[in-house]
Amino acid sequence: MRNLGFLLQKEFRQIFRDKTILAMMLALPIIQLMILPWAMNLDIKNINLSIVDNDHSSYSQQLITKIGSSGYFRIISADGSYKEALEHIENGSSDLIMELPSGFERNLFREGKQTIGISVDAINGSKASIGGAYLSSVISDFNVNLGINQIKVPDYKTKPLGFIEITFSTWYNPLAEYKYFFVPGVLVLLLTLIGGFMTALNIVREKEVGTIEQINVTPIKKWEFILGKLIPFWIIGMIVFSIGLLVIWAVYGITSVGSLPLLYIVAGSYMIALLGFGLLVSTFCENQVQAMFVAFFFILIFILMSGLFTAVQSMPHWARIISGFTPVSHFIKIMRMIMLKGSGFSDIRIELGYILTFALVLNAWAIWNYRKTS
Amino acid sequence: MKEFLVFVRKEFKQVFRDPRTLLIMFGLPVAQIVLFGFALTSEVKNIDILIVDNSKDVISSQITDKIKATNYFIVQQKNIGGADIDKTFKKGGVQAVLIYPVNFSSDLSHEGKAQIQIITDGTDPNTAKTIGNYLTAIINAYQQVKFPSASIRYQILTEPRMLYNEEDNGSMNFIPGVMALILMLVCTALTSVSIVKEKELGTMEILLVSPFKPVMVLVAKAVPYFILSLINFTLILLLSVFLLHIDVKGSILLLYMESALFILTCLSLGLLISNSTNEQQTALLISMMGMMLPTIIFTGFIFPLENMPWILRTISNVVPSKWYFLIIKSVMLKGLGFQYVWKETLILILMTTVLLTIALKKFKIRLQ
Repeated sequence: MRNLGFLLQKEFRQIFRDKTILAMMLALPIIQLMILPWAMNLDIKNINLSIVDNDHSSYSQQLITKIGSSGYFRIISADGSYKEALEHIENGSSDLIMELPSGFERNLFREGKQTIGISVDAINGSKASIGGAYLSSVISDFNVNLGINQIKVPDYKTKPLGFIEITFSTWYNPLAEYKYFFVPGVLVLLLTLIGGFMTALNIVREKEVGTIEQINVTPIKKWEFILGKLIPFWIIGMIVFSIGLLVIWAVYGITSVGSLPLLYIVAGSYMIALLGFGLLVSTFCENQVQAMFVAFFFILIFILMSGLFTAVQSMPHWARIISGFTPVSHFIKIMRMIMLKGSGFSDIRIELGYILTFALVLNAWAIWNYRKTS
Repeated sequence: MKEFLVFVRKEFKQVFRDPRTLLIMFGLPVAQIVLFGFALTSEVKNIDILIVDNSKDVISSQITDKIKATNYFIVQQKNIGGADIDKTFKKGGVQAVLIYPVNFSSDLSHEGKAQIQIITDGTDPNTAKTIGNYLTAIINAYQQVKFPSASIRYQILTEPRMLYNEEDNGSMNFIPGVMALILMLVCTALTSVSIVKEKELGTMEILLVSPFKPVMVLVAKAVPYFILSLINFTLILLLSVFLLHIDVKGSILLLYMESALFILTCLSLGLLISNSTNEQQTALLISMMGMMLPTIIFTGFIFPLENMPWILRTISNVVPSKWYFLIIKSVMLKGLGFQYVWKETLILILMTTVLLTIALKKFKIRLQ
């Protein structure tokens, strides 16, 4: 036990000696946490629309006015031909083209219906497809209020014809703000980056510099050495986590709905799992660059599979299984449950069980894989 | 020239000696393409929804069947009270609850209208909004068929056309972003350790006392990574074409020229980091931990840039991958020519020049 005390003393001295690394460990995540979530917004706003009106009738004008006033669209150009409008799509200034054919109004009256073309820049992914859907819904709304329809169905209100009204309520986040979703996730992510990278680097550094030999020839036991490495980084991780929670409260006004001690228990367990991961990586690598690369490879995959950016349940089955094998996905899930919904211990116990299993397996594997003899 | 080649060969050997470097160089692109191509999707599917049917009549069960028939929802049915809804959400079992009131269909036939209540879990706003849209569409479609009197005589129909992406291939949105992301991170990280490593190991002195010009040491460092990054790019391109079935619409030559330029930008950034730090650990922390999230976010392929506050939009302008992303989209997917991307190209050239100049200024040829 005394040995462990000395080891810890040594580790802390080393950490505090290197001011650059220490500053980076604390400042990088905090600065990123303060800035990046502002950029994470999936709302679709300001969809740029080019209109080609070949009809110039009163109905086509009404439709265009209606679209312009819907609030979703910014009409950036009224072009004489489809080709001109396509130019706007090509140089990126426009996302959608709506083309009203000539004879639009006439056909609408004569045949009862008229099709109009919407061309979507489908490379611009969600923005364009949602833009297309918005446009269709504005148009179908226009249909209902179309003057001629109003006249034809005068007894709309009096005749009971069955009308289903849908009421929506969004719980835990009534305004559906994205910050509630992303901020806890980003904190987990930054914790993962520090925990994963720093431990992986630290042991390998001793290997690279050659000081590990000196430790290996002492009577220090394997578990003492590994604990000596884990504890300082665990403490740093928890400090970063606490500062992170403060930043979340100060910058975003988000406080945990659920119990704070529970949150710390989960974070503590997660850090142990993560440090185990870092240790494991370091036992497989000879130098810092290798350790960084291996850690980076896994962490990038963890992040993409974790459900931070895209929902896990939408993934195909095999991907969901892989996602289950990343500790990050469980922690992000728990963070959101506790912080936003106030879930209690019994709600998260299965997820917590996963994290503890990861902690156990990864650390055991790392200790087993660490050799005192080279 | 001969000395130069010897140097380049030395660098190549050092890169290939370590399989873990190759893991990053070639394993990462493959993994990313597979993930982005097949696993990650911005579409929302498999939504767990709890339907509370307090009415249990023909209409409510017909609507429930309609919801079940789509492959967006996984339906559970249970009659629970209002207080239990909160518990269910807290457990995380469902993302939405749909409630039919008692007397749903009799209200509908007698009073002409009835209400359906939908509660969504707002902790995931994107899913919550999507659920709302899906359910509204399903219920409205049901109404139109069931009560045709409410439908409309004169109709404007829309005919959407997907430009550049007729089959609506979802991975198409991600591929240019993944390209920019991987090249940027891998290229910068690899070069960022190159010089600092020699400094740390002390071999830099040997290089500097050699009859070789110090600047050429830098160039010789950059050449292998330049070539490897081009191979890397080719690998990503081949995977996107053959695995994800994305057609390259524009000129391959232009695509390669632009990518070479972007790789140069990243190399310059890597060299700058390498010249400004004294330890590999610091260099890698900056190029990986520091750059990963900003690159993911500011490239603009996950979060739309125009939604960001202006100050962050301004910051995004200094991220090289943003410009490369725009170029790749135009050239590769839209098939546009150089006249549409010259502005972005110019910006990348400017960035490269600036980064390289600072990197060279910071390159110390004397040892302290």
